Amino acid sequence: MSAAAGALHATVPHSHPWEHEAAAQTHAGHGSNGHVGGHASFRGGGVNHRANGFDPHAILRDFDWGTTRRTASGRVIREWTLTASDKEIEVAPGISFPAWTYNGRIPGPTLRAREGERLRITFQNGSEHPHTIHFHGIHPAEMDGVPGLGAGQIEPGESTVYEFDALPFGLHLYHCHVRPLAEHIAKGLYGAFLIDPKEGREEADELVMVMNGFDTNFDRANEVYAANTIGFAYMDQPIAVKRDELVRIYLVNVLEYDLINSFHLHGNLFHYIPTGTSLKPSEFTDTVMLCQGQRGILEWRFPHPGRYMFHAHQSEFTELGWQGFFEVT
Amino acid sequence: MEARTATGDERFEDRSRQWLYGLLPLALIVAAVGLFVALGAPGLGERRGPPVEELAVERTVLEPGIIELTVRNDGPDPVTVAQVQVNDAFAAFTGGEGEIDRLATETLRIQQPWVEGEAYEVALVTSTGATIAHEIAAAVETPANDAGFFGLMALLGIYVGVIPVALGMLWLPWVRRIPPGALRVVLALTVGLLAFLAIDATLEGLELSGEGSQAFGGAALVLVGAAVAFLALTGAGEWLKARQKGAGGAHLALLVAVGIGLHNLGEGVAIGSAYAAGALALGAFLVVGFALHNTTEGLAIVAPIAKTQPSLGRLAVLGLVAGAPAVLGAWIGAAAYNASLAAFLFGFGAGAIVQVIVQLAPSIKDGEGRLLHPPAVAGLLGGMGLMFATGLLVAV
Repeated sequence: MSAAAGALHATVPHSHPWEHEAAAQTHAGHGSNGHVGGHASFRGGGVNHRANGFDPHAILRDFDWGTTRRTASGRVIREWTLTASDKEIEVAPGISFPAWTYNGRIPGPTLRAREGERLRITFQNGSEHPHTIHFHGIHPAEMDGVPGLGAGQIEPGESTVYEFDALPFGLHLYHCHVRPLAEHIAKGLYGAFLIDPKEGREEADELVMVMNGFDTNFDRANEVYAANTIGFAYMDQPIAVKRDELVRIYLVNVLEYDLINSFHLHGNLFHYIPTGTSLKPSEFTDTVMLCQGQRGILEWRFPHPGRYMFHAHQSEFTELGWQGFFEVT
Repeated sequence: MEARTATGDERFEDRSRQWLYGLLPLALIVAAVGLFVALGAPGLGERRGPPVEELAVERTVLEPGIIELTVRNDGPDPVTVAQVQVNDAFAAFTGGEGEIDRLATETLRIQQPWVEGEAYEVALVTSTGATIAHEIAAAVETPANDAGFFGLMALLGIYVGVIPVALGMLWLPWVRRIPPGALRVVLALTVGLLAFLAIDATLEGLELSGEGSQAFGGAALVLVGAAVAFLALTGAGEWLKARQKGAGGAHLALLVAVGIGLHNLGEGVAIGSAYAAGALALGAFLVVGFALHNTTEGLAIVAPIAKTQPSLGRLAVLGLVAGAPAVLGAWIGAAAYNASLAAFLFGFGAGAIVQVIVQLAPSIKDGEGRLLHPPAVAGLLGGMGLMFATGLLVAV
């Protein structure tokens, strides 16, 4: 990180997941030196989440509502600050990757707002490379976060403000849109962007999964696959959920270099709402296929206790990290 | 041998000066290098760019459920193998927990339920995220190094080395009875055979050198091996000549036998390693092919001693010297195969054969002292043609 970025990092309000989730990072030694119960796994336990600055278990349920204030007319203005920075992260035990991040984590913070609010995102570029934030959703052209429009490409040390209405409700995403595009996305500049419907959704145990991968040897093919960056993290420590409680996953695919990705659930089926832009599911299934940028909401309840796998139904991705367990109690 | 008269003291002083002038530069070089290293290469600064990570897989052993790779770091920087993938899936493994330093080796035991006959690509993922790929073209269990296996390799070596050479030596009575002109053609024929073997061994060595650790010199190993063998045999030959004056044919036969023996050592390594890797179809065809190929080597041994009356025991020794190294080679190739070592041995064999050719060449000269007279050329071409034709029967 450059000196300028370091200063930005110190002044920008941001949270470290371990400050809130002490339990989540006590499993440094949980992994085994062999296959976990016959499944593929990394050697050497787990990655150092503390050094990475984020933990996939904390990211799961970490929704960033930003800060709000009201205009004279009573309209909510919701604000965030996102800072791009260059950072070495451990993508698999013992393997470091020169990542580019929003707010020091991959995926970037899950920005959450309510339909119709005014959103104001201050973007500060603390990286040594030019970046932008391109949001999916409805907004004016100059707020699109692409080079040549509006503020265009944000050079190192510079900043801009993206401002638009939270429309439409649904599950969206944001990512950098600077050339070369594949590199700027694959290095880690992306995150989920969630707009709740005015009437809200049913109470549920809500989880965010951003499906991604890392090309550690820069041959334009991924060596490691995951949901929320760290492969096998939910194998080594399953995601705890409650029997009969509604589980809702906000699923986003940002995977670069592979044409498609997928999500498959064991021992159950889920209701699927493509792009989250409806209140009614369109499908009842156990497998969905998504191309890059595609996303959707999954809802189901576990009637039986026990461990249930979930993973990409591309076996290659599965055994290269993108698999996990739900622990139903 | 002093030209001038000198006292013992003066001579002592001359000697010590000689030593001083010889050792002083060496001491200064050591001091300069030491200082340079101690100061951390002043003025050169840090390396630009990421570390260069290179690992050569020197040996692959397959046991049920296990792929074992012995790797050598032949790059300039230490390498850490953080994870291993087999056919695009992370696999558990032991070994290589720490850094592998330059030229150091490490054995990685990878858990993989491999299936016989299928292809596997092992990717070693380093701490920087780089991948080093190793292909197993067709998985076959590596034979255990037990007595039965060594017995089999010995039998193979005897089949392809010892017996064919002994059979070829049965031409001795015939070469004794043919006129000098015809013997020269036979000798030219053997030189042709040997020339073909030298070329073949060099090419095979160069091919193998590409597979081994490049840190040990790669292709240079083959040439160094050839030079070492050539010089060592030349020295040994001159030494033998000085000791037993007059017995030219006998020591020539021994040198030829040693040269062919060194060649067969390399051939044995190739056969043994191919067998261990499951790439060799054992069977009558292979043995017959090698037998025909190597029978001609027996002729090369007896041709120089056509004029002498060697004992049966001496002939047996010559045959063993030429043929038995195939057994040793098969053991080395099957149990401790190393591409760099094999490349060196092939070069060694080639150098030995070149030395034999140099020794044999004068016997080809006709009455007028010409070396490449028409019958000799015919013999040379015939020898190469024979080796080429019999070589088509074997493929290792």
